[in-house]
Amino acid sequence: MSLTRSPFPVRESRDPVTIEVSGMAKSYGPQSVLTDVSFTVKPGEIFVIMGPSGSGKSVLLRHIAGLETPTAGTITINGEDPRLEETRNRYAVALVFQSGALFNSLSVYDNLALYPLEHGLCPKSEIRERVMRALHMLSIENAVNKIPAELSGGMRKRVAIARALVMEPQLLLYDEPTSELDPVMSATIAEIIATLRDEFSVTSVVVSHDRDLALTIGERVALLHQGKLLAVETPDELRANENPIIKEFLNPRIDVTAPRFKSLEVNHD
Amino acid sequence: MKRLSALIESFGAALIMTGRAFVSLPAAPRILKRTAEQGYLVGYSTLPIVTILLFFIGAVLALQSGISLRDFGAKELIGALVGESIARELGPIMVAILLAGRVGSAVTAELASMKVYSEIDALVTMNIPPERLLVLPRILAVILIMPVLTIIANVIGWFGGAIVCNYVDFIGISADQYFQSLKAYVSISDLLDGFIKAEIFGFAVMIIACHIGLRTKGGPREIGRAVTESVVTSLIAILTLDYFITKLLA
Repeated sequence: MSLTRSPFPVRESRDPVTIEVSGMAKSYGPQSVLTDVSFTVKPGEIFVIMGPSGSGKSVLLRHIAGLETPTAGTITINGEDPRLEETRNRYAVALVFQSGALFNSLSVYDNLALYPLEHGLCPKSEIRERVMRALHMLSIENAVNKIPAELSGGMRKRVAIARALVMEPQLLLYDEPTSELDPVMSATIAEIIATLRDEFSVTSVVVSHDRDLALTIGERVALLHQGKLLAVETPDELRANENPIIKEFLNPRIDVTAPRFKSLEVNHD
Repeated sequence: MKRLSALIESFGAALIMTGRAFVSLPAAPRILKRTAEQGYLVGYSTLPIVTILLFFIGAVLALQSGISLRDFGAKELIGALVGESIARELGPIMVAILLAGRVGSAVTAELASMKVYSEIDALVTMNIPPERLLVLPRILAVILIMPVLTIIANVIGWFGGAIVCNYVDFIGISADQYFQSLKAYVSISDLLDGFIKAEIFGFAVMIIACHIGLRTKGGPREIGRAVTESVVTSLIAILTLDYFITKLLA
């Protein structure tokens, strides 16, 4: 996929950000979701948070986006609290939601134009230019007048990424960007994530349980298991890791003669 | 005790939401289009049912009061009775109830669905306050449209009464007599009291609808629950407020 070098002059004058997560914990009532999570994401890095379903990956991402308050510990973006409006304004933190979270009542164009329009960033003619450029970069110009309900899953993801791009973010957060997509579309999304980082030096945090995606595009990968951080390593280090949970997650065996779920059977004796 | 504290917390959250919406007032020129759209929706979806309902309320009121007043030989006062009842009470109340059922429920469903499907979170991450984009245009729209709906409701209700007086044999007073009595007793202050009530009811319905929609959590099932809660809470609020406003204006 070729992404035209271009767009956002304002963006290019900014630097990618650093994220610091320190001793973070999250509980919902008595249920602990994350325990003592600490790591640093370097400027311009693609950092992947991987783990099985229910391990707390998306909750962690929502905290980085400033949508939730940790029960303990701190999260900072360049030393500032991501929950503050000023922080989000200063660093333009963009989150690509798992579902896309496109505004269903608006056309694709209006979805993309909303941010610059609401923040009065530039005149309408320039907004149109920015929107069309972002759509062009992701090869979805033909969707400009459609409404989200008319789009396929892959298109919705790409529109969501385009909407994030229009924000000229310094930090791009992706929540399960390849879930529910076929392998070819997953590969396309992975290429887009890598290319966007290369083109704009944006710091990227990707939450995924897609092993191939994580080990291909991630410069470092954090592995969460039951709310705890098992490792933060490069893909090569992770592949060589002898931890049985990590090994099992990276290379799950499929054994139909002795299925895992048998162990869930209740003994009625 | 737990329920009471939840109620107080919810009331506080609604106040904060309203405050945030009004803080965004300087951005009003940017939301003019949205406000006009919402105004159109409020008026368009409520007006047909308001006209039908108020016509028959006026008609039934004239019929019922005709039966009673005939026995006292005071049929000439039907116009005054129907006129005052509709202007001061039934007009604003019925418009507000229909607003809660038609518009409030739709607003709650829309906002709850936006919340459940992460669209509100998307707005927050884009640093666009949902109160500015979603709540303020709706509040402004309802404030602008409620007096218009109330005037229409009053006039239609009065005409419903006039038609019954004119065409029902045992009442047998002309539309002229009916309107003379109505004009003699219904004053501008009666109409103004009705408008004040309508504005307050409409404002309350919209705040309740937006607040319940925006605080919805969970899955799609919660959207239905939120809509029910919004309509029921609005109805309770309308009738409770009606008592206190009537007392204040008396």
